[in-house]
Amino acid sequence: MADATPVLAVEGLRKSFGPNEVLKGIDLKVGAGERIAILGSSGSGKSTFLRCINFMETPSAGRIVLDGAPIGTQGRGGVLAAKSAELRRLRTRVGMIFQQFNLFPHMTVLENVMEGPVTVKGLKREEARAKAQDYLKRVGLAEKADQYPQRLSGGQQQRVAIARALAMEPEILLFDEPTSSLDPELVGEVLDVILGLSQEGRTMLLVTHELGFAYHFATRVLFLHEGRIHEQGTPDEVLKNPGQERTQAFLRRFSAFHF
Amino acid sequence: MQYVWDFRPVWLNFGVLLEGLVNTLKLSGFSIGLGLVIGLVLALGRLAPTRFLSIPATAIIEFYRNTPPLVHFFWYFYGLPILTGISLTPFAAAAAALSVQSGAFFAEVFRGGIVSVERGQWEAGRAIGMGHAQLMRRIILPQAFRRMIPPLMERSFELVKTTSLAATLTYGELVYKAMVLATQTYRPMEIYSTIAVMFFTVLFLASLGMRAVEHRLARRAAR
Repeated sequence: MADATPVLAVEGLRKSFGPNEVLKGIDLKVGAGERIAILGSSGSGKSTFLRCINFMETPSAGRIVLDGAPIGTQGRGGVLAAKSAELRRLRTRVGMIFQQFNLFPHMTVLENVMEGPVTVKGLKREEARAKAQDYLKRVGLAEKADQYPQRLSGGQQQRVAIARALAMEPEILLFDEPTSSLDPELVGEVLDVILGLSQEGRTMLLVTHELGFAYHFATRVLFLHEGRIHEQGTPDEVLKNPGQERTQAFLRRFSAFHF
Repeated sequence: MQYVWDFRPVWLNFGVLLEGLVNTLKLSGFSIGLGLVIGLVLALGRLAPTRFLSIPATAIIEFYRNTPPLVHFFWYFYGLPILTGISLTPFAAAAAALSVQSGAFFAEVFRGGIVSVERGQWEAGRAIGMGHAQLMRRIILPQAFRRMIPPLMERSFELVKTTSLAATLTYGELVYKAMVLATQTYRPMEIYSTIAVMFFTVLFLASLGMRAVEHRLARRAAR
């Protein structure tokens, strides 16, 4: 991995909201097939970091490099400017799964999954339909194809959202706290689907509070603190033998109620 | 003082009033149709990511919303020939004034509906690579449309009543016909009361019809 071009490189990424600097310079190289879990307490900037990668938030400074090609042009103030056509291309290559699922309520499950391929990629409806049915089968929801999202449980909705992202056949998947708005008993089915994807060798970045899942899922764990990568390493290193005091304190809080 | 109501002149000339009503509806229908198109264009302009569109659209909307409609009628009918040499028929001038003016109000209804669609929907569309136009057409407008129906109706009813200003341009809509009849028959009380009932009947029936449509949409949404 060290000599190959990383599929994704983040260089000197900064992001401010008004006077509040949330990301204070993040550097990261992601190799093909890497699965990165991003941990950190709320306000550490982990979601903002993820959202900057596909320009859901426009970075204030720094570069996002996809397959060796930087996105947008560096402005004079170090601010990235990117044309909307370029952003659209970027987002077809980097899929995102949201905490709130954000399925389209006026479309059936199948139409939700077909929407990107048909409208954005210009696929023929028949082709897109076959593909969408495939992806729904992959997330175990083939039989829900003709339902409307509001009839589905949160866990099912999130699995549809994963199928919707997969249907675009992205090179990288971003998961922004995919189980945080789910009832505890529905978390497992979503995590199972994500774990299944990791066996396909997909490149994924995942922001989560599920430490146990992060341990099994990730090839590398990042711990963010105050807008910087405070510590990173293998799951064993970061989760079992954290070197930094902040990381230790963070992990202690999660295990406070173990029995 | 004892006023003696006499509706005979009204019945004798009821054909004239009906003709006025038809003209009112013609002007209303045309102006609502064109106004909706103008309104959608203005709303999308105001919400466009580029200032070259949003600033002019905002200016037009605010200007028309904050000036009296009678002035718009006079501009299109009396002002346009003076300034440009183009003279419009009373119908065309009234329709132009009404469409643009109500377009400005419709635009705000459209905009309200559009911005009421949750942020997550916009993000989900963008995240699969949609451009602004695709996002609007496929994701935002279909969801916004349902929420817009009641306020659009309200505006349209307002417009139907505003058509009466076209009387000042001598367009033969209901109020104009009533004015003419009143001076011929000396029965303004009866005539104006009659056209009030005619307006009420049309608008009330229309609102019942729209309520049925809304009800059906609500049921479909609850699927």
